[in-house]
Formats: sequence, C-alpha cells, structure tokens
Amino acid sequence: MKKIQALISKEWAEVFKNRLVAFTVAFLPLLMTAIPLVILYLSNAEDEFQDAAASDLPAQFTILCGGLSTPECVQYFVVAEFLLLYLIIPVILPMTIASYSIVGEKSTRTLEPLLATPVTTLELLMGKGLAAVIPAVLATWGGFFIFYIGVWMMDVSERVAGKLFGPLWLLAVFLVGPLLALAGVSIAVMISSRVNDPRVAEQIAGIFVLPIILLMLGQTTGLLLIDERFILWMAGVLVCLDAVLLAFAVRIFQRETILTRWK
Amino acid sequence: MSDRNAVIVMQNLTRRFGDVLAVEGLSLTIERGEVVGLLGPNGAGKTTTIRMLCALLAPSSGEVRVAGYQAGVDDQKIRASVGLLPETPGLYLSLSAARNLAFYGTMYDVPDLKGQVERYLRMLDLWARRDDPVGTFSKGMLQKLAIARAVLHEPEVLLLDEPTSGLDPQASRLVRSFIEALSEEGRTILLSTHNLEEADRLCDRIAVLKKHLLAVDTPEALRQKMFGKKVVFQLKEARPTFRDLVEGYDFVSAVEVMGSKLVVTLEDPERNNPRLVDALVRSGAKVQFVGELRQRLEDVYLGLMRAVEGRNDEENPSPHK
Repeated sequence: MKKIQALISKEWAEVFKNRLVAFTVAFLPLLMTAIPLVILYLSNAEDEFQDAAASDLPAQFTILCGGLSTPECVQYFVVAEFLLLYLIIPVILPMTIASYSIVGEKSTRTLEPLLATPVTTLELLMGKGLAAVIPAVLATWGGFFIFYIGVWMMDVSERVAGKLFGPLWLLAVFLVGPLLALAGVSIAVMISSRVNDPRVAEQIAGIFVLPIILLMLGQTTGLLLIDERFILWMAGVLVCLDAVLLAFAVRIFQRETILTRWK
Repeated sequence: MSDRNAVIVMQNLTRRFGDVLAVEGLSLTIERGEVVGLLGPNGAGKTTTIRMLCALLAPSSGEVRVAGYQAGVDDQKIRASVGLLPETPGLYLSLSAARNLAFYGTMYDVPDLKGQVERYLRMLDLWARRDDPVGTFSKGMLQKLAIARAVLHEPEVLLLDEPTSGLDPQASRLVRSFIEALSEEGRTILLSTHNLEEADRLCDRIAVLKKHLLAVDTPEALRQKMFGKKVVFQLKEARPTFRDLVEGYDFVSAVEVMGSKLVVTLEDPERNNPRLVDALVRSGAKVQFVGELRQRLEDVYLGLMRAVEGRNDEENPSPHK
C-alpha cells in the first residue's frame, strides 16, 4: 500500500506540473458544469418553456416526467441532455492524465529503473491507474456538487430538482462515472504502449468519447430513452468491458513487454 | 571457484528477440566482491545481459542466479538485491533530488529512508542541491544521482551500464572513485563500458562479449594471452647481431628492433631477463635499461574483435571478395 501511495503521489507531482494536464483537469469539469447551469438559469429566468407542448418532446421521454407539468418536463429534458456531459468527464480526464504519465515516462526513459525495483506489476498499474482515476472521479463529483448548489440557488421547481438529483442521475454520476474512468485508464495504457507523444495518445483516446455523444443524440432524437434501467444496464456492460480492458492493460503492462515492445 | 562465493551465475544464457539473437550460450560466474567489466561493441548483448541479470528480461534458454536467487522463480528478490544504473539516468526531472531518491527508496522498502537519502546525497556532493528539480542538473549531477539511486537500498550486486558515458573528466573521476569505494565495501559489480582504460583500472576481470563470450580473465592475463610478455631492452645501439643473438633462445618467441630498442616477447621474464642481459653485455651491447612493455587493454580488445571478424569471414565468405 505504501508503494501505491508513493506512486500516486509521484504521478500527481509529475503530471500536474504539466500545465495542459492541470488546466484540463480543472477546466473541463467547470465547463461541463457551467453548460447545464446556464441552460437551467436561462430556462428558469425567462419562463421559456411556459408555452411548450408535450409534442415538443420525444414521445418516450415523457415516461420519465411522472409528476411534472409539461413545461417542467421540457425543462428537465433540455437540462438532462447536458447532464450526460458528466459522463464525458470521467472518460477524458483519466485518459489525459494516464497518457501524459505513461508516455511521459517512456520519453524521459524513467520506466526502466522503475521496473528494475521490486514493485509488482499490479502495484505499478494500480498506482498509475488510481493516480488517473481518483482526480477524474473527484472532478466529476465536484462538478456535480457545484451543479447541485447552483440548482439550489436558482430556485428551480422542487419537482424538477427532484428529477435532476433522483436515482437516475445519481447512479449515472456515482456508479457509471467511476466505471467509465476505469475504462478510460485501461484504454490509455493500451494506446500509450504504442505512441510516443502524449498529445497523440490523447487524440486517439478522444475517439472513445463518441459513444457518450451518441447517447446524447439518441435521447434527443427519441431513439433512446436513458432511464434507470438503461443506466443499470450500462453499468453492467461497463463492468464486463472494464474486466476485459483491464485484462488487456495488465497483459500489455508487463515488464518484458514494456521494455521490448513499447515503441 | 566455490559456489558459496558465486554471486552472479550465468549458465548457457541465450536471449532471442524474434529471429534476432542478442546473447548466445553465455556462461560466466562472478564472485562476491569482484568487479567485472563487460566489454563489447554496440549490439554485442551487454545491455540485454544486464537486463536479464536484474530480472527485467527472461532468458530464452539457460539459467541465471543472482545473489542466490534464480531468475524466473525469485524475480522480486533478485530486483531487491540488485542496484541498476541504466544507460540513461531516467530520473523524474520535475521532482527534486531528495524526492527522486525518497520515491525509489519507498519502492525498495529502504529502512531509515531519510538517513539513507541524506547519506548518499552528501557522499556524492549533491546535498546542497537536494531540493532543486533535477531538470536543472548537469549531466554529471544526473549521473551521480542515478548512482545514488542504484545504491540507496545497499544492494549486494551492482549492475552499471556505462556509468561514465558522456561525463566530463572531473565527473568521470568522481564516479570512478565512488565505484572504487563501493568495490572496497565488498559489493559485486558488473560494469558495462566502452571506456577500456576505465575497465582496466577498475575491474578485477574483463569479459569480452559479442553475442558469445569471447574471453574472460584478468586484464593482465588477457594481455599475456593475446600478446605474451613483452620486454624492452634499451641499448645504446641496436646491431642486427644482437637481434640474432636474442632470437636464438628458445624462450623467446619474437624480437622487434625499434630504433635503439629491442622489443622481446618471451616467457617468464623474471627468470629469463637476467640471462638475456648477460648475453647481450657479453656480446658488446651497452644495456641502458630493461622494462616491461605494457600492452593497452584497447589492443587486446581490438585484437579479439579482429579475430572474431576473421573467423566470421572464413565461415561466411563475402561474394564480393
């Protein structure tokens, strides 16, 4: 445990000295929090959805609006679209941190002396993985907490607030978020083994945000309904995916493979 | 060679990378407290051998035992018993010198970590810069810090890959003195280097590698094997008759005349030099002084490489020749 702590602390000291990483970790959650808050503020202050009709919504979304008036349902629909951004943060941040941490070690050739120590491969991978997952999850949760404060300060209808902080979004942020972060780290390890520039690793990793964006589009167009059942299914699939990705990452993150095949 | 004293044992060690053969059939035993120099051209398999010795690479075949532990079985124990200085220092440039060492100390479970960090930073003259990011250090300082990292956990075995490569003469001298001090403490050291003068000075034995082990012995024995013992007889005047006289002895294998010197290759100079001096004086030569001609290790090394190339040419003759 002492070794994992030392690895995490070393990773943070190294990675967060990189301004781009520090900026991304600080700025992205703030941006992703600001967007739904601004939407909420505008829709709240101008009563924008007073004249909205149920026909303005994808038919199946109304299922999620039990107990809400039509304008409230439209407001919830619009804000909920942007709450999916909280699932993008835990994918992007660990990928950014892990890419810089692993590719950085490759380019400064610090991996060999580290691999020559009696640290186990599991400790090493856990140290690097947790150093990327912890800030990502905390930043996501921190952003969601700021969103909660914002909603509380904006005098949003209690029924809408109840939906925004109901089981659906709590499960998404507090269960699916960490699972996505774990997938992000595993993907970053796999990509980092093949590239020598952290920016390239980050760009390739960016592709893995696409499924989340497709979820947003799916709900907007009415093709998909993101309800509690969907989120639980998503969590189940992610648990399996994480197990597969982690197995690949552990396989790639072997001393001999790193020294002989990582180019 | 007693097994109890053998700290590094390589038996028929071979390592392939796909179709490429990096090391083949290497057998070498290094005793406790010995300093052995690993010489060879680039691509000879020196770094691969070092990586196998610190359990970073597994051999394709053959056996390795380090500090009593078998590679492939007790890899973690081998890593704990070995201090590695890789080709490049590989330090965390944004961290301070003290933090770099403290991090590695934790990885090696070093007891009294603070004390050890201070001890080695002072010993290597880096204490005043302990809180500075190592990115601001000179190449020599980085190398010293990397050596401190290699010895921080007081390993029984030290594997040093080109420890003075790229250093200025002053830094090289400091590093060499430090290696000498470590050797005096009784540590077993395997030193890979291209600096033959350094190997000659620091090493008890030299192993010359070019995928295969070409030769291993003390520097002095290697010189003798390659060139025999050479003795210079400085005369006032070297006449052809003196050369003929010396060549007549059966313990003399070669005589060269270089100006007023006779360079004689002979067996057992301690016993035979007086006989030659006596004979030369009796035949009218004025002997000004007699001294041993010490061949440079570089000549031994180059001689071995030429011999290998010659053998390869014979086995695979070039179609263009």
